[in-house]
Amino acid sequence: MKSSMALALLGLVAVIVAFAPLPVQLGTPQERTFRVEARQFAYSPSELEVNPGDMVTIQLVSTDVVHGLYVDGYDISVEADPGQSATLTFVADKPGSFRFRCNVTCGAMHPFMIGKLNVGRNDWLYRSIGLAILGVTSFFPLSSFLSQRKIKERVNG
Amino acid sequence: MNRIEFTRIPFIKNALKSRYPQLAVFIVMLVGYIFAILAGLIGTPVGSRNFSIVFVWIAWWAILILVAVPFFGRGWCAVCPIPLPGEWLQRGAVLNPPDKKPKWLNLRVPKFFRNIWLQSISFLLLALFSSVLLTTPNITGIVLAVMLFGAIGLSTVFERRAFCRYLCPVGGFIGLYSQTAPIELRIKVKQICVTCDGKPCYNGNENGYGCPWDVFPGGLTKNTYCGLCMECIRTCPHDNIAINLRPFAADLAKLSTRIDEAFKAFIMLGSAMIYAGVLLGPWGAFKDAAYNVGTSAWFMYAIVFLAIIFVILPGFFTLGILKTKSALPLKQRFASLATALIPLGLMFWVAFSLSFVLTNTTYIFASLSDPLGLGWNLFGTANIPWQPMFTAILAPAQTLALVGGLIWSARTAQKAANEIKTSSIPVIVFCFIVTLAMLWLLL
Repeated sequence: MKSSMALALLGLVAVIVAFAPLPVQLGTPQERTFRVEARQFAYSPSELEVNPGDMVTIQLVSTDVVHGLYVDGYDISVEADPGQSATLTFVADKPGSFRFRCNVTCGAMHPFMIGKLNVGRNDWLYRSIGLAILGVTSFFPLSSFLSQRKIKERVNG
Repeated sequence: MNRIEFTRIPFIKNALKSRYPQLAVFIVMLVGYIFAILAGLIGTPVGSRNFSIVFVWIAWWAILILVAVPFFGRGWCAVCPIPLPGEWLQRGAVLNPPDKKPKWLNLRVPKFFRNIWLQSISFLLLALFSSVLLTTPNITGIVLAVMLFGAIGLSTVFERRAFCRYLCPVGGFIGLYSQTAPIELRIKVKQICVTCDGKPCYNGNENGYGCPWDVFPGGLTKNTYCGLCMECIRTCPHDNIAINLRPFAADLAKLSTRIDEAFKAFIMLGSAMIYAGVLLGPWGAFKDAAYNVGTSAWFMYAIVFLAIIFVILPGFFTLGILKTKSALPLKQRFASLATALIPLGLMFWVAFSLSFVLTNTTYIFASLSDPLGLGWNLFGTANIPWQPMFTAILAPAQTLALVGGLIWSARTAQKAANEIKTSSIPVIVFCFIVTLAMLWLLL
């Protein structure tokens, strides 16, 4: 087998690991409400778990200064004044793991005020682990195959 | 792939030999640097609205870690403004060597300090206070000023660029990772250097100064300590210096035998992981501990930080290689095999920085128009709302960086292990485990 074919095969497997559709998690969509307290520079709770399709309501309560909550990937946000609460409702129709972060400058560590919304399984993490395993396990046979090929080429002039 | 010599192109060669293009870049950089100090000291205390924070820790950092280091190695050092005032003072000239040299102490840096431990310590000092440094403009301003005046002070006491070579907190890791870059400065024909009279590349002549980085270009085999200042191109009377395009990571074939360089690889690898967890993770308690300097929580954070990079990571690595068969003593095996961590560490920083930079890029546009946070709107972009960019491609890009780094490191480990006739498996397993940890922290 030519080395280019071996590499192409490996690339194909990598594409399958990265993009092949995975079984969808089945479940009846539910309404889920979270009370998230925001303070400089953290959310509590800082990790929210929902299922794909759930109707999610986040009641953001600020305990000190004005804080916001912006959800990456969903591109939606809400702001709460000190001592007040504000509500954000959305359908969690995109599966995966998303960071949510403060979108109102609230102090020095504002850029790092971050939480995590997990909608179903974090498929991308598992795919990445799969790619890492593929990379490491295919490395040895591929590497020895390429070295042997190099040696053969040298011998044949 | 063979080397492609850039300096064969007359335009490039002339541009590098002439001092004026470099001077023009230096002046722009120095003005920007001094403005960053002033903005930090007199501008708004709101970090995300202050030029010093936004341009140093978002714009400069992005360019440094995503472009300059991976593709140009020490390319940043070639245009860095920090050593300039001190160097001009030390030389008594801005351009060509003067007829009469100023009488500074011009001491040689003591042998005890001629390694990168001081650079690692200065990096760690900044790293332990980074939550404050990255977010508080006046602290950033003070640190930038201390570096500038520190470089001036050292230039008046020690010969050459003592600050860059032995103290700069950034220079240490740029040097480490510059080994992976596809650019190098090397001699063309070794014999010419061997027979060259007076070694003007190291000692200087009427065309230029002796190597400011205290390196003899004739002996260069790695990028680590060459600052790409181009002085040797100007001083070489035999036109024997070349800037080459080469394969990525060509230097990693020559294994390190130095323990300070090995530990630098662990310091950088561990710091990227700690930053990913503390700054980008959802755990508020870690952020509180990192930010509240001087509290018991911060001391605990500092102890854990140092334990991870000096004990836990090197400890597991050593345990892995302890029982492998090799004729080399453990210390030398440790130093040589740690070379494999260099590509992985660089890719950890790329993955971490992608997240940090793409999330905060819009601050650059706002800060351009209102660099001091005084309500200006110079370019009409002061009120651009904050908006993370390219969040959809962030996770795939981070995966690509981390898995690519793992494979790159595995290949480096295999070459290193072959070189010293031992097994690469423990190093590859170590790289695999830390990569899984980083994937979990970032995704």
